[in-house]
Amino acid sequence: MMPDLGKYGDTVLSAYGASVMLLVVLVALSVWRGRKVRAEMAQIEERMKRNG
Amino acid sequence: MSFTEKANAFWAYANPRKFLATTERVLPFVWVLAGACLATGLIWGFFFTPDDYRQGATVKIIYLHVPSALMAINAWMMMLATSLVWLVRRHHVSALAARAAAPIGAVMTLIALITGAIWGQPMWGTWWEWDPRLTSFLILFLFYLGYIALWEAIEDPDTAADLTSVLCLVGSVFALLSRYAVNFWNQGLHQGASLSLDKEEHVADVFYLPLLVCIAGFVLLFIALVLYRTGTEIRVRRIRALMARERVAT
Repeated sequence: MMPDLGKYGDTVLSAYGASVMLLVVLVALSVWRGRKVRAEMAQIEERMKRNG
Repeated sequence: MSFTEKANAFWAYANPRKFLATTERVLPFVWVLAGACLATGLIWGFFFTPDDYRQGATVKIIYLHVPSALMAINAWMMMLATSLVWLVRRHHVSALAARAAAPIGAVMTLIALITGAIWGQPMWGTWWEWDPRLTSFLILFLFYLGYIALWEAIEDPDTAADLTSVLCLVGSVFALLSRYAVNFWNQGLHQGASLSLDKEEHVADVFYLPLLVCIAGFVLLFIALVLYRTGTEIRVRRIRALMARERVAT
């Protein structure tokens, strides 16, 4: 049920599109880097434990 | 509990292990609350609020523009507070929290600038104007980029924390200017604050309530991201320490 945005449809939708995209990219990149670092740390700790 | 004991309990979170353990427990709730507030506020604002009699449907942009602009300024203020803690007490977690907050603040500033430009085109007849508030926001965005670049450019983390803290102190002038520019420069295009304690000044209730929910969503998203990203920075620091220990051992 899309509201009637009249002649400002493109304006409103582009503002929402750009903002939501930037927020999604920010969250996705943060989570991706967080997981990568966590895995790397676990790997190093495991290696150090093995090597004493 | 006395004030001193309470203060000491707070500083316990400067311990990276304690910080990580606490944020692990708290973060799922903050993520869920942030998502719920953002979804509720944006859906309410976009689908269930009327058009403004002058701005038409473009008034719906307020639910993104105002919260992101607020967070752009407040993120820098949070970075200022944590930078001061670093400079005075040398707690690494506080310096890492400032580092973690910078990209979030930069994105918030970018959203405020983009949504402002998109709204300004039909309302003011221009995408951009060298208006005091717009210009100070652009400078704030450049400060964010400079701050992030400075962290990346310096190898020694303590030196990087020192220099970025000083940059943060300088940039605070522009963060404050962005907030108060509309109050002391009246020749600009930008209108006054949308939110005010004065009932006569702020937006009508029909727009105000979903706007408050959106602001709560942006604040919670900021908190969730800062906690999560600070945890990541703490782990990066630990990886460096472990690798250095490994090199010494071999």
